Amino acid sequence: MSFPWAKHYEPKAPVMKWLDDRLPLPRLVYNAVGAGYPVPRNLNYFWNFGVLAGAALVIQIVTGIVLAMHYSTDANTAFDSVEAIMRDVNAGWFLRYAHANGASMFFIVVYTHICRGLYYGSYKAPREMVWLLGVVIFLLMMATAFMGYVLPWGQMSFWGAQVITGFFSAIPVVGETIRVWLLGGYAPDAAALNRFFSLHYLLPFVIAGVIILHIWALHIPGSSNPAGVEVKGEQDTVPFHPYYTAKDGIGLGVFLLVFALFLFFAPNMLGHPDNYIPANPLSTPAHIVPEWYFLPFYAILKSFTVDFILPAKLWGVLAMFGSILLLFFLPWLDTSPARTANHRPRYRMFLIILLVDVLILGYVGGAEASKTNVLIGQITTAYYFLHFLVILPIVSATERPKPVANSITEAVLKGKGGTAPAKSAIEGSPNPMPAE
Amino acid sequence: MTRIIAPLIGLGFAFVLVLGLFGTITTASEPATAEHEFHLAPKPLELASNGVFGKFDKQQLQRGFQVYKEVCSACHSIHRVAFRDLADLGYNEGQVKAIAQQWTTEQPSTNPETGEPATRKNLPSDKFPKVYANDTAARAANNNAIPPDLSLMTKARPNGAAYVHSLLTGYGESPAEVQKEFPKFTTPDGLYFNRYFPTLNLAMPPPLASDGQVTYADGTKSTVDQMAKDVTAFLVWTAEPKLEARHTAGLASVIFLLIFIGLTIGAYKSVWRNVKH
Repeated sequence: MSFPWAKHYEPKAPVMKWLDDRLPLPRLVYNAVGAGYPVPRNLNYFWNFGVLAGAALVIQIVTGIVLAMHYSTDANTAFDSVEAIMRDVNAGWFLRYAHANGASMFFIVVYTHICRGLYYGSYKAPREMVWLLGVVIFLLMMATAFMGYVLPWGQMSFWGAQVITGFFSAIPVVGETIRVWLLGGYAPDAAALNRFFSLHYLLPFVIAGVIILHIWALHIPGSSNPAGVEVKGEQDTVPFHPYYTAKDGIGLGVFLLVFALFLFFAPNMLGHPDNYIPANPLSTPAHIVPEWYFLPFYAILKSFTVDFILPAKLWGVLAMFGSILLLFFLPWLDTSPARTANHRPRYRMFLIILLVDVLILGYVGGAEASKTNVLIGQITTAYYFLHFLVILPIVSATERPKPVANSITEAVLKGKGGTAPAKSAIEGSPNPMPAE
Repeated sequence: MTRIIAPLIGLGFAFVLVLGLFGTITTASEPATAEHEFHLAPKPLELASNGVFGKFDKQQLQRGFQVYKEVCSACHSIHRVAFRDLADLGYNEGQVKAIAQQWTTEQPSTNPETGEPATRKNLPSDKFPKVYANDTAARAANNNAIPPDLSLMTKARPNGAAYVHSLLTGYGESPAEVQKEFPKFTTPDGLYFNRYFPTLNLAMPPPLASDGQVTYADGTKSTVDQMAKDVTAFLVWTAEPKLEARHTAGLASVIFLLIFIGLTIGAYKSVWRNVKH
């Protein structure tokens, strides 16, 4: 694991030596996120988002555990207990708004993290396993977020649960049986609420477990970098601590600032007003929409409008799940020898179109189903699938990438016009470099 | 294998979508509806609690509470709010006790001697009582409509505060253009035309009918618009009683985080000073 020049953990205090001989936990942390992990020296701020996602998960778990102490898992009292948290629990409003907006922040961070991976080819060999585990985390996050949104038992909670579990009834023959089995009844009610709460509490810890695998798999080849060339030697890396802990510190500060602006000054902006109306099975809201982070996928679901061999609803459900599952095949769909989109101008153009495409899908997912919106949804959904499954394989096989730098150090110095270092990039090296 | 099957799946989805596209193009657009054409977005509303530095205007909240008490509370409850919470509006302990004591609707309880259902006077620790015993009673008394609880109203509608104010001041005759464009559109008996309500016809009769309906203790002139504004401000408070604490904590957090970011930038520059990257 890691590079031969990685620093070794040397406990100094006697108690740390004692601990290291018996349970080398500090050694594990040192090698994982301490000075023992050499990281490419040229990472940009997009490489902050992995750490930020971890921070977001911790915030969700801490606020969630305290909220669970005050929450009542009962269809008759769930809504009231959430309002009691808002009014009568000490700092309850803070905990609930932090948890609700924290979910949105988590998704903003993870979507940026995924985009980073797409742009810089982080899914490519030898990091396929890191990417696959990342997609697993993303799926677990979506399940957790959906079930969490049901818990306040407002109108959107109830009808969202109704619509999303309804997907399973699209499966031929056994669909309805599966739906009833999942819900524990014919419609969302006490049984569904209880199991959603149980799973909503469980899944974040499963996510934490998969994150450990994600980081473990990352540490085998080491982090990727924006130059698109692998680490060649010691001069290409710096120890994670203090170099990237310092850089991640800035990212964390900015992340918390954005989070605070939503939490304290617009806590309900990302939610839906209907969820402040208690769940009512007899009154259907005018527009049932999921949380903003599901809107692109909701648009894909709604875009299939004709029965062709299969019913339209089944096409929609297949496409919606397919739109995420296809990410599992990305490392094998992209055959280009170049890693980053910077060296693949044609691919970069299509990738930027994809980004705009997904944003439009997000808009369509939340907008009313007028004729124009359905048309836009169908075109953008088609591009989504064509991009990953047709355009990407063709472009990656035919495009000749631009030449890549020989090494990270060369790429760094070319940009800055400096001289090549003799051995080490870090302070105290034989040829110390001038300060920036 | 992946590279053979994947394009086929991609083209398959695209083909079905193109079929759908033709279907969408050939279907006629939904005919426009009166609701779609004539529904209005709420008028912008300035309240003391708006904005990053927003604080409640306690004088206005007291006036709003008076409007709620004398007008709205005949049909609408605010049962997530307790009488003790009124201390936030600037009432002292004795005043809160008196308000609870004198509240017209009493708390459900049991007769201590017979065990039969009964009612008792409200205490400061009680939540505001529900006006109707159940939904059936509410429908029976209100032409088959249920007056919603107002505790969360300004958060339960898009742009809620502005919506409440616009709705309260937005009653009127349906304009001639509505009839001209949509001859089938009518306002049935027992409903009232209001362009700020999504379906344009609302079961609630205009609650604030004339200026001076409420006589304010602080001498403020009680125009319909003033009463609507005041009761809206009050309902912003019932929906978000911790708003001031949130704004204060928010400002402190932002200042803290700006300092934190400044320190991390300093640490970053110091750590990286000898490394090109």
